[in-house]
Amino acid sequence: MSIFINSNSKVIVQGMTGSEGTKHTRRMLASGTKVVGGVTPGKGGQTVDIDGHQLPVFNTVAEAISATSANVSVVFVPPKFAKAAVIDAIDAKMPLVVVITEGIPVHDSAYFYAYSVQKGTTQIIGPNCPGLISPDQSNVGIIPADITKRGPIGLVSKSGTLTYQMMYELRDIGFSTAVGIGGDPVIGTTHIDCLKAFQDDPDTTAIVMIGEIGGDAEERAAAFIAEYVTKPVVGYVAGFTAPEGKTMGHAGAIVSGSSGTAQAKKDALEAAGVKVGQTPSETARLMRAILGR
Amino acid sequence: MDLFEYQARDLFEKHGVPVLAGAVATTDEEAFQAASKIGGKVVVKAQVKVGGRGKAGGVKLAVDANDAKEKAGAILGMDIKGHIVHQVMIAQAAPIVDEYYISILLDRSNRTFLVMASVAGGMDIEEVARTAPEKLAKVPVTAVDGISAAKAKEIITQAKFPADIADQVADVLVKLWETFQSEDATLVEVNPLVKTEDGRIIALDGKVTLDENAEFRQPGHAALVDHAAANALEAAAKEKGLNYVKLENGQVGIIGNGAGLVMSTLDVVAYAGEKFGGMRPANFLDIGGGASAQVMADGLSIILGDPDVKSVFVNVFGGITACDAVANGIVQALELLGAKATKPIIVRLDGNNVLEGRAILTAANHPLVEQAETMDGAASRAAELAAK
Repeated sequence: MSIFINSNSKVIVQGMTGSEGTKHTRRMLASGTKVVGGVTPGKGGQTVDIDGHQLPVFNTVAEAISATSANVSVVFVPPKFAKAAVIDAIDAKMPLVVVITEGIPVHDSAYFYAYSVQKGTTQIIGPNCPGLISPDQSNVGIIPADITKRGPIGLVSKSGTLTYQMMYELRDIGFSTAVGIGGDPVIGTTHIDCLKAFQDDPDTTAIVMIGEIGGDAEERAAAFIAEYVTKPVVGYVAGFTAPEGKTMGHAGAIVSGSSGTAQAKKDALEAAGVKVGQTPSETARLMRAILGR
Repeated sequence: MDLFEYQARDLFEKHGVPVLAGAVATTDEEAFQAASKIGGKVVVKAQVKVGGRGKAGGVKLAVDANDAKEKAGAILGMDIKGHIVHQVMIAQAAPIVDEYYISILLDRSNRTFLVMASVAGGMDIEEVARTAPEKLAKVPVTAVDGISAAKAKEIITQAKFPADIADQVADVLVKLWETFQSEDATLVEVNPLVKTEDGRIIALDGKVTLDENAEFRQPGHAALVDHAAANALEAAAKEKGLNYVKLENGQVGIIGNGAGLVMSTLDVVAYAGEKFGGMRPANFLDIGGGASAQVMADGLSIILGDPDVKSVFVNVFGGITACDAVANGIVQALELLGAKATKPIIVRLDGNNVLEGRAILTAANHPLVEQAETMDGAASRAAELAAK
């Protein structure tokens, strides 16, 4: 088992014919992901050869689903066209839509998130995220597949490179699923959604949660952990040295006034019984201590 | 991007939100001319992106244009909480009988937009929220539904606005929504919204924050950027498309890939620096997943151009771009920089093809480059060298 994606996931790539889409389709295929086609409006009917895989291109997600039974879509469409692409996927009732695109205006992401909630048939991950991987089963997005293997740890993080770093630190133990939920102000899947899924996943025995400054998602996650999660959780929060009012790379990573500070997040997590590391390496050591490895 | 009050006023006017006549001035002479044009009594208001300017003496009533010139002369150049006043707004004065509050903002916690409205205006709204939450109506609005005339009426009723002005205020709210949506704002706030003696509803002071991700469809927004406030290094980095933030009181220059990893690097350097007399990170610089030689050279040249920087810590996790490619990028970057590279550079590579990457740096044997195996060890060494 794993969360959100597994070896049965059938993936279509929205924006597959673009350079980023093609590059990452190749990498997803190389790691064994079942990529079954792509969607590019206006290019439907073509077939693209990617490393010997003949992948059909469709004009809409609905056409792609009816032809391939795809149940996951990954979006590499540029910011300008991302809203239309995600709405196309929601209208087609695609169960899981993973939005990798960085730089989507928040009015667009707020729109497609609200639209997905109204329709009630699509879970969005991202935007501005690295995607997710269930090692040795399926890899949807841009996470390097060869860092680590299948194992008992579940990981949820706002940051891509910190996800990779943590997977690397604990590569000998392995992961059930690692989810990069993205650093934008409005995201489709939260820390809490992932914590709940990991708690309910029999193959996950312990959870790493990586947060960063901005918003109150970590504080909310802490409250959820206290209430719902019985599996051990270790945490890490980035951004202790970030000054107020300066955006640190991610559109969502900004401290405003007294809210959103790393210290407040660390305190909330520790109050919920989460062991919080001061550095990524220390966080990995805390996880090793819990698992006895 | 946060706007000045006068820029917010102009956007309000563009979208039909009622405002008073107003103009911006950068000298006392311009203030005189603006006040003459408006005529009568005017208010001279310091344009700073910080609260509490009234208490600091940054807002003055002037009886005529000559008085406005004098008041502007006094306010221009003032230091308000560390913000120097470079501009004043000259605004028509109006007799006010009541003050209210309205804002529309992005509510991250609930992943939706939120309208806040109160008849207790003119005060610090956070204070109202804390001491008299019943006086502040908070109504979620989704991006899909927006604010129709009917929805606006419902919100205004909920906020208990007096019946005689409810229609006018609801109309203002609809126009504020139009401003919020069509300008890709994440905040529009009117505080106070006022009722004048002659019964008009007017947005007297406003704050607007715009979403920088929407620049591609908001060609007018580039003109609103406050170049005077930008740090020279930040401006140079922006020109090269680098994600750079200058930090005060730092000595260790930081380059890394990925926003989260770079933020984490700043923290790890600050912890390590405690042992070396309080060395701190001098900047945030995320060169992204690619980390090509050119990007690495651009990044290094910005950081080496910062006189505060005493040592540099390059922290890269090889993911999509493997460590050997990153190492080649560093070597080529140092070739490109030549004699401009003058400070010790600690490199920590980890991840894909890490051994190949380290071997490339070892073979290049650049006198300024030193390798470290772990992020914590590298941070410690960089802080140590910065303290020398």
